[in-house]
Amino acid sequence: MEKNEVLKRVNEVFIDILDNENIVLNNLTTANDIEEWDSLAHIQLVVAIEKNFKIRFTSKEIQSWDNIGEMADCIHGKLT
Amino acid sequence: MKDFFQLKKNKKTDFQDLKTVKIAVLGDSSTQFLTQALQGIAYEKGLDLNIWEAGFNQIEPQVFDSTSDLYKFKPEMVIVFQSSHKMLGKYNKLQSKLQSTLADVELESINNIYSMLIHNLSAKIIIYNYTEIDDAIFGNHANKTTSSFLFQLRKLNYELMLYASNTSNLYLCDISSIQNQLGKAFFSQTSIYINTDMVLSFDVLPELASKTINLISALLGNFKKCLILDLDNTLWGGIIAEDGIENIQLGNLGIGKAFTEFQYWIKKLKNRGIILVICSKNTESVAKEPFEKHPDMVIRLEDIAIFVANWENKADNIYNIQSILKIGFDSMVFFDDSPFERAMVRESFPEICVPELPEDPADYLEYLYSLNLFETVSASNEDSERTKLYQIDAHRTNVLQSYPNQDDFLKSLQMLSNVEPFNRFNTPRVVQLSQRSNQFNLRTVRYTESEIESISKSKDYFTFTFTLEDKFGDNGLVCVIILQKEKTDTLFISSWFMSCRILKRGLEHFALNTIAGFTKESGYNYLKGEYIPTAKNEMLSEHYKNLGFEKSENFWILNVVKYKMKDCFINKR
Repeated sequence: MEKNEVLKRVNEVFIDILDNENIVLNNLTTANDIEEWDSLAHIQLVVAIEKNFKIRFTSKEIQSWDNIGEMADCIHGKLT
Repeated sequence: MKDFFQLKKNKKTDFQDLKTVKIAVLGDSSTQFLTQALQGIAYEKGLDLNIWEAGFNQIEPQVFDSTSDLYKFKPEMVIVFQSSHKMLGKYNKLQSKLQSTLADVELESINNIYSMLIHNLSAKIIIYNYTEIDDAIFGNHANKTTSSFLFQLRKLNYELMLYASNTSNLYLCDISSIQNQLGKAFFSQTSIYINTDMVLSFDVLPELASKTINLISALLGNFKKCLILDLDNTLWGGIIAEDGIENIQLGNLGIGKAFTEFQYWIKKLKNRGIILVICSKNTESVAKEPFEKHPDMVIRLEDIAIFVANWENKADNIYNIQSILKIGFDSMVFFDDSPFERAMVRESFPEICVPELPEDPADYLEYLYSLNLFETVSASNEDSERTKLYQIDAHRTNVLQSYPNQDDFLKSLQMLSNVEPFNRFNTPRVVQLSQRSNQFNLRTVRYTESEIESISKSKDYFTFTFTLEDKFGDNGLVCVIILQKEKTDTLFISSWFMSCRILKRGLEHFALNTIAGFTKESGYNYLKGEYIPTAKNEMLSEHYKNLGFEKSENFWILNVVKYKMKDCFINKR
């Protein structure tokens, strides 16, 4: 799977879980850019992404990403 | 079951008409998601939970301060969730010599919480028990070491049961059994626990919420009172009317063990007050025979409150059963191996609980255990006497009322029938059906393969086979009619037999339309029928009369020139 395809699917998960259709992610998006993305939302996003891609993150990975790009890299790494 | 994220979407829907329940949730780990799952599941069960949630790890501060927000909220029920993970944390910090007192200390603390709550509120208290964690310090030896964590945890679960058994308004929600059923890795996700202190996985939230709502619902008076059972391939293996009493599978015969164990389970339900009702498409005397005579039957006639065996459709019968029992449809459960019957009952009475029985009867019990259908909050000796009361009521009432929407249901099945004369492909099935059909068999002539072959070659006979398929699947070849030239204007129905599985779907009408049309087109004026009674085909005694034939000595005559096509919802393929 191409990395931009990963980003697209992550974007869909964000829209679904945060219930906001206007979310448009790019590699530099952070939690500060999206109002609904607090710590409670984060853990739901993590689990929903795990389900969507059928992967598991380690506990360290869950708190390691500084932006969406890093999260997408991490997912991409697990898929290839 | 819907997953957590789907359940959350229920929150957007309209709760307006639902019953509201005020509930307080207190936990020693984070409970936000549990609360959301509870609300989502409650919505599915028709409840609107108004939840007040204590802050993280705020059990004691809220409970032991009589001016706290908890008491201002005045909940009707209080849920207390203390996790095994937290208890393990306490154990880890205990001095070795105190480790073997953990269960006693915890029980005392629970008792203090309970007493304080009951003193300040008139509420029901729900406490979760403890899921097992084996820290593997002693291996198997933990089982004989009082200071091991496993020993203390299991002891606490046991002591809690004893405590609950003589404490009013205290109810245990058995989440340990959820972990036993689904596994520890399903119950908890370590990466989430380490990052958030949430001990429950997202996967287990709906299960846990469902178990809790079952209990809450029962506390509000919603529980199942009655179990309606099919017979053939549900209570025993095989078809009593076709296989006979010696060949139905029970006990050691075939897969009889599955049915015997299933019956023991049903008997236990009856003993604790669930009303058993039989609803079967059968001749009553045939259906009752195993109950009276089969040595391996566990359930006997005296266990059954109402015994309905006839050829009416099951929706009509259940309508009638309800008018005798006078209990809500929502307190009934219906077990039937046939997807058709299940769909029909579900369609007619959406309130009735109709589990999808697994295809393999060996799976019945495990599957039904997992559904937890018979939640209750009380059990008394009177319960077991209930069956007798209903047996008496049942004798009083005998009217059969019709459920109104039968036609709509039949229409929705999109039934198709393929009509063909005998050929070498369908001959084996025609022979088999002629040998096996007892109830719907007008003259009960049995045929061999060579007889069928010669009939199909003869110019004196016209043969018809009918298949029936619907949106649930294909029932295969289910009906056979043989017409014989008798006079220049008359065809004699020398055989008409049908599989009992597809009764009450209008195939009789479709078949008659087919042969009456054929008779007329071939230049004959009359169809002549005969009913030869046997021990098993009593249901057909009025068959020709009901179809509009006129009696003429021992036969029945239909004028096909004047014949008006009968209504039916089956189309020719």
